[in-house]
Amino acid sequence: MTREEIIEKGQVVYKKPTLLNDTPMHYCPGCSHGVVHKLVSEVIEEMGMTDKTIAISPVGCAVFAYKYIDVDWQEAAHGRAPALASATKRLWPDRLVFTYQGDGDLACIGTAETIHALNRAENITIIFINNAIYGMTGGQMAPTTLLGMKTATCPYGREVSLHGYPLKITELAASLDGTCYVTRQSVHTVAAINRAKRAIRKAFEYSMQGKGSNLVEIVSTCNSGWKMSPEKANKWMEENMFDFYHLGDLKDKGAEK
Amino acid sequence: MKGNEAIAHAAIRCGCDGYFGYPITPQSEVLETLAAEKPWETTGMVVLQAESEVSSINMVYGGACTGKKVMTSSSSPGVSLMQEGISYMAGAELPALIVNVMRGGPGLGTIQPSQSDYFQACKGGGHGDYHLIVLAPASVQEMADFVDLAFTLAFRYRNPAMILADGAIGQMMEKVVLPPFKPRRTEEEIIKECPWATTGRVGMRQPNIITSLELRSEEMEIINNRIQAKYRKIEETEVRYEEFMLDDAEYAIVAFGSAARIAKKSIEVARAQGIKVGLLRPITLWPFPTKEVCKLAGQVKGILSLEINAGQMVEDIRLAVEGRIPVQHFGRLGGIIPDPDEVVDALKRLF
Repeated sequence: MTREEIIEKGQVVYKKPTLLNDTPMHYCPGCSHGVVHKLVSEVIEEMGMTDKTIAISPVGCAVFAYKYIDVDWQEAAHGRAPALASATKRLWPDRLVFTYQGDGDLACIGTAETIHALNRAENITIIFINNAIYGMTGGQMAPTTLLGMKTATCPYGREVSLHGYPLKITELAASLDGTCYVTRQSVHTVAAINRAKRAIRKAFEYSMQGKGSNLVEIVSTCNSGWKMSPEKANKWMEENMFDFYHLGDLKDKGAEK
Repeated sequence: MKGNEAIAHAAIRCGCDGYFGYPITPQSEVLETLAAEKPWETTGMVVLQAESEVSSINMVYGGACTGKKVMTSSSSPGVSLMQEGISYMAGAELPALIVNVMRGGPGLGTIQPSQSDYFQACKGGGHGDYHLIVLAPASVQEMADFVDLAFTLAFRYRNPAMILADGAIGQMMEKVVLPPFKPRRTEEEIIKECPWATTGRVGMRQPNIITSLELRSEEMEIINNRIQAKYRKIEETEVRYEEFMLDDAEYAIVAFGSAARIAKKSIEVARAQGIKVGLLRPITLWPFPTKEVCKLAGQVKGILSLEINAGQMVEDIRLAVEGRIPVQHFGRLGGIIPDPDEVVDALKRLF
């Protein structure tokens, strides 16, 4: 029996988006990146924007995002993706331009580029993976690391007197006049995945409608960096991250009449 | 008009698609002129004031990825901030134009003219083995003319190019014949001329990926070797220089940019005193006119490197001369421009 015969018409309930190619991902098992990659691919495909998308990858775990999603990619220097995206969108206004960045890249070294691109109301979308740690370099403290959380560079736990406070950059983004849609999502359950996908779709649509800049934060797990099993990481995220990083839309100017 | 203004007008006229910059003395007139000219209403050129030089060079990086003609301008401290982005663009082999209207350093230094970024422009500046194509204008006319030339060379070799001017050339007012208008390339032309560019997968072609990253050492060495081969070709093909009164010269001054202007006056003064001296003016600082300087060493008794710095190009001259004749340096620092009489005195004193 061939695959086609097994998968009869009308019986397909799930398939991998065509844009997500077969290159084996370097992400750790249990990491949220794979799910978000899939959602981004699905949304681009469903919007019919495959031939009109220019994506910008960061420095961090998602540096190789360009290997997995079959659109045009620019690989930025650490933190600078929003600057590349700003120029790209202004030079090719009818293209879908988005960046895909982690918390170290976006909320630390690239804070200036992030805030100013958002506040210039560049018609771009920033997909922001917040796992509260530097994953690629081996689990160091990020600006988003929670108080008390242990990492390689705060091995006794993050302390205000030593390290200051975790940065809620998404709240900061929502306060900017230039942002249109600012939301915080997660991908740890099927329902959350569906909500995150709708958020990405909305952000991409707003950026194509010229409504300003859009930020979709995905509160994510880094089970390797957190030194937990994927299952335990999901639970830890629910119990600790969501208390500080509240899920939901922070701003939706596009929906206002 | 001023040299800085000439850069702005030439950019609009050569079909530049985007300028991204940040104000810094003594080159702010480039951005100011562009803002006043409003080219987005005429040619469609994008003009954007960034939040920093770090951002403006990365806007240039993003813009260059898309195959568009993009540029930035700044002055020494700002160009220091841009080095990361410049290295990435050299690594990703992207055409773009960076204008450095030099001022004196180190640090915040002075806002007065200097040529003390020769090393930074010609020897890397950022990390990694790379070169920029570096053009040194010596007049407002060349400020205007070199914009199109720099873009042509940048696209020919898929390599960032730099116009290395200084505060004197940037601020100086001279008559200038502006280049004729060239239309910006159409989307179809860009896609045809830059099949590597991130334009979106037009016609559902394979994805284009612009990156300077390759973790496999054996692959990264191949990439480096390919880039080095390109540099050798540029060295063979693109050297540009001017000769002035060298035919009967017993001594030569080698100088670029505004120092070359001073050198010409100094040569007049020296010749009136019976000293037969001429000028070799490198127009491309990289590739450096090594062969021409080497040839000069067979003709003259000594070479004076006149630079508005503590002696940077003099190293390239000495490498070219290979010890056959004395090579000396004269320069002033801190934003002081040497005067022709002291250059003549230096010639007499040093040789």
